[in-house]
Amino acid sequence: MTTVHIKYFASIREAIGHSTEVLDTEAATLGDLRDELIARGGVYAELLAPGRAVRMALNQVMAGEGAALPAQAEVAFFPPVTGG
Amino acid sequence: MAAVARVRIQTQDFDLGAEIAALRLGDPQVGAVCSFVGTVRDRNAGGPGEVQSLELEHYPGMTERSIEAMIDAAHARFDVRAVRVVHRVGVLEPLDQIVLVAVTSAHRSESFQACEFVMDYLKTQAPFWKKEQTPQGAQWVDARVSDDAALARWGIRADNAI
Repeated sequence: MTTVHIKYFASIREAIGHSTEVLDTEAATLGDLRDELIARGGVYAELLAPGRAVRMALNQVMAGEGAALPAQAEVAFFPPVTGG
Repeated sequence: MAAVARVRIQTQDFDLGAEIAALRLGDPQVGAVCSFVGTVRDRNAGGPGEVQSLELEHYPGMTERSIEAMIDAAHARFDVRAVRVVHRVGVLEPLDQIVLVAVTSAHRSESFQACEFVMDYLKTQAPFWKKEQTPQGAQWVDARVSDDAALARWGIRADNAI
C-alpha cells in the first residue's frame, strides 16, 4: 500500500470537479492507478478510458503506463498540452 | 548569467528589449541573438474576432522543471551562450504577448536553431492548456498534430496530439 498525491488539470480537472486528491493504493504502476480510477466508473471511467487522449506525469515528469509508483508519488492526469 | 532565472512563468507582460538586454549583458562572446514571441490571435478554428480571450492554465513546478530540461537539451545540442523562456498564464486578450524564447550564441545558426528547437519542444511537452472564450461559449483548445511533427524534425517523439 502506498499513498499517491493526484492532480488533475484543464478539461479533466473541470469534468472531475476537483484538482487534487490523496489516495492510498495497491497500484504498482501508473497504468494500474489509471485502471483503479477507471474502476470508479462515471466521469473517471469516461475521461481516463483506454484510447482517450490522456497524458500522465509522475513526480512532475511525463511518464507512461509502465512507470513504477514510488512511495508518496505525485501523479498528474491531463489532456494533451496546448501552450506556447 | 547564472544569477538570472532561465524560466519565468508569470501573469504580467514582458518587455522583449529588456529581456534581450539582460540575456546578453556582459557576455562579449555573444555575436547573435534570436528571439521568438508568440501572441494571441483573434481566431483559431473560427473566423475573425471569434476568440475574445484566452485563459492559460499550467502545472506549477512541472512547467518550470520541464522547460529547464528543454533548455538543458538545447545547450547539449547547440553551441549556445544563454537561453531564456518567459511564458504568461491567466487571462489574455488578442494582441497580447504569450511566450518568449530568446537565445544568444556566437554565430547566428546556433541561436536560430535552438530558438525553434525550444519552441517546438515547449508546444508539445510543457504542461500548459489554453481555453478560448468565444461568442458560442468557452472551449479548450485542441492539440495539433502539426506540433508533434515539428518536434519530430529534431528526432524527438512528441506523442501529444494523439
